[in-house]
This record gives sequence, C-alpha cells and structure tokens, in this order.
Amino acid sequence: MSKRILEKESVYKKVSPIRKGKWKEWHNQRYLYYMSIPFVLWVFVFQYFPLWGWTMAFQKYRPGLGFFEQKWVGLEHFRTLFQDDHFYQVLRNTLAMSFMGLVAGFVVPVIFALILNEVRIGVMKRFVQTVSYLPHFVSWVVAAGIVTKMLSTDGGVVNSILLGLNLVDQPIPFMSQGHWFWYIVTSADIWKETGWNAIIYLAAISSIGPELYEAARVDGASRLKQMWHITLPGIRPTIIVLLIMSIGHLLGNGFEKQFLLGNHMVIDYSEVLDLYALNYGLSMGRYSFGTAINIFNSVISLFLLFAANGIFKRVTKESIM
Amino acid sequence: MGTANSTTSASRSKNKLHTKSIQDRILEVIVYVSMILVTVLTLYPFLNVLAISLNDSVDTVRGGITIWPREFTLKNYDLIFTYKGLITGFQNSVLRTVIGTVLGLLSGSMLAFVLARNDFGGRRWISMFLAITMYVSGGMIPGFILMKDLHLINTFAVYVLPGLVSAFNIFVIRSFIDGLPYALQESAKLDGANDFVIYWRVILPLCKPALATVALFLAVGQWNSWFDTYLFNGSNETLTTLQYELMKILQSTTTSATNSQDASNMAERMAQVSPESVKMAITIIVTVPILIVYPFLQKYFVKGMTLGAVKS
Repeated sequence: MSKRILEKESVYKKVSPIRKGKWKEWHNQRYLYYMSIPFVLWVFVFQYFPLWGWTMAFQKYRPGLGFFEQKWVGLEHFRTLFQDDHFYQVLRNTLAMSFMGLVAGFVVPVIFALILNEVRIGVMKRFVQTVSYLPHFVSWVVAAGIVTKMLSTDGGVVNSILLGLNLVDQPIPFMSQGHWFWYIVTSADIWKETGWNAIIYLAAISSIGPELYEAARVDGASRLKQMWHITLPGIRPTIIVLLIMSIGHLLGNGFEKQFLLGNHMVIDYSEVLDLYALNYGLSMGRYSFGTAINIFNSVISLFLLFAANGIFKRVTKESIM
Repeated sequence: MGTANSTTSASRSKNKLHTKSIQDRILEVIVYVSMILVTVLTLYPFLNVLAISLNDSVDTVRGGITIWPREFTLKNYDLIFTYKGLITGFQNSVLRTVIGTVLGLLSGSMLAFVLARNDFGGRRWISMFLAITMYVSGGMIPGFILMKDLHLINTFAVYVLPGLVSAFNIFVIRSFIDGLPYALQESAKLDGANDFVIYWRVILPLCKPALATVALFLAVGQWNSWFDTYLFNGSNETLTTLQYELMKILQSTTTSATNSQDASNMAERMAQVSPESVKMAITIIVTVPILIVYPFLQKYFVKGMTLGAVKS
C-alpha cells in the first residue's frame, strides 16, 4: 500500500530536481515526449519551414540550386513590386474587399444573433439556426456556382425580381461589370458565413444572467431597450476579441472567392494580393517575386493585428495578447 | 407601461399579451419577418439547384424553374457517370476525406492529450509553438517550393500531410480534456497503465464529443478543398478530386459566356460546356454528403466552436 502511494507521488508530484534529477522526470514522462515530438517536428517542417523560404525574396531564386549557390539580390524584388502600378491596383482591391468583409462579417452576425435571440418559439429558433449554418459547409466552388447562377442575366432570380418589379428594363450583367464585384464578394461572404459566425455570439448571449432581464422588465424596459442595454454590452468582450482576431486575418482571408467568382472581364476589381502572387509569381516561375508579395501580405497582417490589439487595449482595456 | 411598472412580475406574466407595448410588437414583427427572410435567402438557392438538376435539360433552357421541376427526370444524374474525371474525383475525394480525418483526429487528440497534462515539462513551449502558426504562415509560394523539395507534387500525400496538425483543432480537443476529472488518469496510472495506454483506453473514448466536432471540421475541409488539387496535382488526371472537377465544369460556363465573341473557338467550347441541368446535378452530388451529416453533429460543433474560441 505504502509502496503504491510512493509510486504515485514520484509520478505525479514534480520530482525534486536535487534528489532524482531531470533524467528521472524525463524518463517518467517519456511517453508524453514520444507522443508529441513527432508532431512538433511535423509542424516545424510544414509550418515553420516555409518561413525559412522567405529568404527567396532576397535572392534570385533558381529551383535546383542549393541555398548557398543562390544569388543574393537584396531588396530588388521589393523595389520592382513597389514600382509596379499594377501592384497598387491589387492592393486597393485587397484592402477594399478585406475592409468590406471585416465590417460586414462582424456587424451582420451580431445583428443576426441579437434578432435570433428574440425568437421565442423554440422550434423556429432551432430550425433557422440549423438552416443558417448550411452554406458554411458548402465549398466555395459550389457557393460561387450558386452565386453566379442567382445573378445570371438569363433567368437568375435577382434579375427576375428586379425585372418583375420594373426596377430595371434590362437584366444587369452583375458578373461581367467590375464595379459590382466587391459587393458580390461581400454579399456572398455574408450569405455563406453569417450563421456560422453567429454561433459564438449566441453562446455569449446565452451566458448572460436572466436576472438582468428580469430586473429590466420590472423597471419597464422594452425589449429593444433590453437588447441595447443588456444583450449588447453582455457580448461586448466577445465582439472585441473576435474583431481583433479578424483584423489579424484581414489580408489573409483568402482568394478563393475572388478566384472563383472573378473572370477576365472584372480582373481590375477582382485581383487580390494572393492571386497576384499566383499569376505573376508562381505561374511565371518568378518564385522570388511571388515570395516578396507573400511577405508583404504577412507583414501587413501582423502589423494590423498588433495595431488593432494596441488600440483596443488603450480604448477598452481589453486585448487578446 | 405605467401600470406594468406597478404590477408584480407574477401577474405580469399572466397578462403578458395585454402589457406588451406597441414598440415590442413592432419588434416582434421585425424579428419574425427577418427570420423568414433569412430562411428563404439561404434555402432558395439550394432548392433551385435541386429542382433544375431534376428537370429535363432541354426544358431547363427555357428558364423559369424555381423550386419545383417542370419536367421531372433522373437522366441528368445518369449522365454524370459518363464523366470519367468525376468517378476518379469521387474516389479520391472519399479517400482523402477518410484518411485525412482519421490521421488528423489521431494526431490532434494525441497532441491535445499531452498538452492537457499539467505535469508535462514541454507543455508551455509546444503550446506557444503551435499558437504562432495560427497567425503567421509562410504563404503560397514558399509552401509550393517546400512541397516541391519534399517531392510531394503529383502525389496523393499532398492532400493529407500538410494539414495534418492544426492548432485550432488541438485547442478544441485540449479544452475538452481539461474539463475531464484528472483522477481518471491517476487511477489508471495506479493500475500500471503508461501514458499511451491512458490516452488510448481512458481519454480517447471519453472525448467523443470533441472528436466529433474536429472530425466534422477535418472532413468538411478535406471534402471541400480544391485549390491544392489545382496547385499541386492539376495536370494529373488520376489524382483529381470532385471539387476540382466541379470547379472546371462550372468555370467552363463563365469562360464560354464571356468569350463568346471568340468565334473561332465557339464550336469547340459549345461541345465542352455541359447542360445547365447536368451541372446542377453534379453540384448536388458534391454537396449532399455534407448536408446529410452536419445537422446531426450540430450540438457538438456549437460547443466545440465556443470552447475553441474561448481558448485561443
């Protein structure tokens, strides 16, 4: 019996380093190391090694040569990038769509969660919520196909409604006029992700104490007042944390939509940084130039993350780091 | 409103309908109208696609199909099986979904188990090491070069290996394990079980809700991804996936519609473009597996999302 207790102590209490030493601890936890080190190496190779690849941006990278055989060119690729007029157009598109996506992607789910929370019929609430997740599980390939279909000039439902209401005489060619593109991407994003993004807000709302609403009701507050003065402040911390996180992912939120919804007629509005890196870097074999674009993208993202975090820390005393 | 103030809450709830203010009623109307609107906006496109897929493809050209097929037929679904790429794509998609999910669950839960152990020395370091990957990534081109250097281009492995360890999924499972009583592990230890046995026999069976969430994330991610096929295996017909094939088929409309001025290619393009109804049938085939699964896992992933967000 006493032996068992001793055994337990030696395993679970941090072993005194003077008596048993690091070795003993390592030996006791050897399975934990066996179970984690392979994956740590894995992460190192697949997630950290590409960061090492950033050195390519400062070389005239040629595939097949070793690292020390490459020719170093310093900031040449960045100079080319910043002198390219096309780059500024791409940057404008990226910032515009990211910013629109950020605002819509955080305002709409909050409103949706607030409204859904006001539904008092349990079955309806659950049904609407389940339906609202649906587009999230559909791939962007399918979603883009559906959006294109709904907006098409022959028989698309949007144009049918507009024609039916006599708002337009001719169907609007949404997919081939550039100035619609940013709005289409943003709307598609709202359609696809609102329900999913609202999950966290709904969870936050459900953790607000019912006694607050009770008290407000006794004081005669209307439901609109309760939403504004209890529900919204109740989920404020959640909103801020998610907002900072999405600012951090602002430029990294993909190019799938732009790739799939865009075509060569709207390319002046649809090309974003990642697509630029793909079209003018990878596809042309200009690996170094493409990497410079990737670096620019990542650095701006990190800068935005820290900036947003800093501003919020100062203004609201809340932060994620 | 004035009388509502003075009445007690018990009598208030009895007379709820009478004490509702006009403002509250307007709100009620707005709430229910917007809920119906959300439902219609979400479901209509899917029902429309389904109806078109079940409609005769010649008749579809006339347009005007809403949520009910005009000339019902299953021919479009029969026709799909003549596309060779789709069959191969289907096999590869199923294969990558199964393998990717199983391997991802194993690696994720193993690492989560280790990171949930307070007495483990490397815990803080490894957590940090993983968390960084959620914010910084090398980008597309360094990733591509890495795959090239590892000779993973034109292989099936490129679908599974790069995404095997995902920080977010690990944190979801870990926060679930954190909620389990530690005494379970202690008593297993006293019975002479080593850490691996504890993980396999004790923790893993208890983690089913968290594993269901992560399995759904992994499976959906695998099933839906197309860009890796495009980037790494685009020229290899035997490694194509369902989403990539669908992408090619759907994008063929866009190009044919926009390049229609291009008369020289016209005939060739027309031959390539498949009828609208067939396209919609493929869309349904690609979408349905996931739509069948997700409502049943709803209670798990709602919890998982919330846990994951809190932790990270």
